[in-house]
Amino acid sequence: MKNNQAELLEQLMEVGFVLVETNLYLDTHPDDERALRLHNTFSQKYKELECIYEAQYGPLKFTSMSVLPWQYVDDPWPWDVDFGKCRC
Amino acid sequence: MWIYEKKLEYPVRVNTTNPTLAAMIIEQFGGADGELSAAIRYLTQRWSMPIGKAKAILTDIGTEELAHWEMVGTLVYKLTKDATIEQIKGTPFEAHYVNHGKALFPHDAAGVPWTAAYIQSKGDPVTDLHENMAAEQKARSTYEWLINISDDPGVIDTLRFLREREVVHYQRFGEALCLVQEHMCKKKFY
Repeated sequence: MKNNQAELLEQLMEVGFVLVETNLYLDTHPDDERALRLHNTFSQKYKELECIYEAQYGPLKFTSMSVLPWQYVDDPWPWDVDFGKCRC
Repeated sequence: MWIYEKKLEYPVRVNTTNPTLAAMIIEQFGGADGELSAAIRYLTQRWSMPIGKAKAILTDIGTEELAHWEMVGTLVYKLTKDATIEQIKGTPFEAHYVNHGKALFPHDAAGVPWTAAYIQSKGDPVTDLHENMAAEQKARSTYEWLINISDDPGVIDTLRFLREREVVHYQRFGEALCLVQEHMCKKKFY
């Protein structure tokens, strides 16, 4: 796996995580306009990053398009991604 | 329906090979207060929730628990994938190895297989949401004990993330409980 794939994936995961948080918060606070604006902003960002990632490395979801052959089957699968050593 | 996303919720970094630690972390893969129990518990309770907000929170937290189950499985996998037989022998992972090799299997740290008896679904939303709040606290405690016995910085980072999510879920379930109780009180005056 090329390093830039892991880096791009990690960026996508970071933005995706914001959506996990705003999603749960909005479930119990559906009238919170500030939270909804945050969600919508990051939803847009997520779509853009997902588009860039999938164009280069293939579908993250079965609903996405692929070139031939179907790239969804390509390694690495999530548990094999090397994010490097912990810098913590 | 569900759509799988080919990514982890949070990066799992493992710096070492450590079958002993893997055998302890498997507690959260197939133990009573683990991620599989959490996912099945919340996703099962959804049908008897009275309001949309509660159905939504159970659906979305239940789904996130499946992503956590995948992360815990990835911790166990990365801690054992390069282990030699010599590194496995004499560790608590040896008992897992003779039955499952290096495959994942939902059992707890003591080898007890996962069972639906770990969860409850009572058809009473107040009861179920209390059960879920308790479950989040029990999982948080388990992550704290796991952090205490871990010496791999990557593993600790992942466990800290998972512990923090338990705190957030507890908060959201508490809010859902208030919303359900408000809804039930309202109904009495029809």
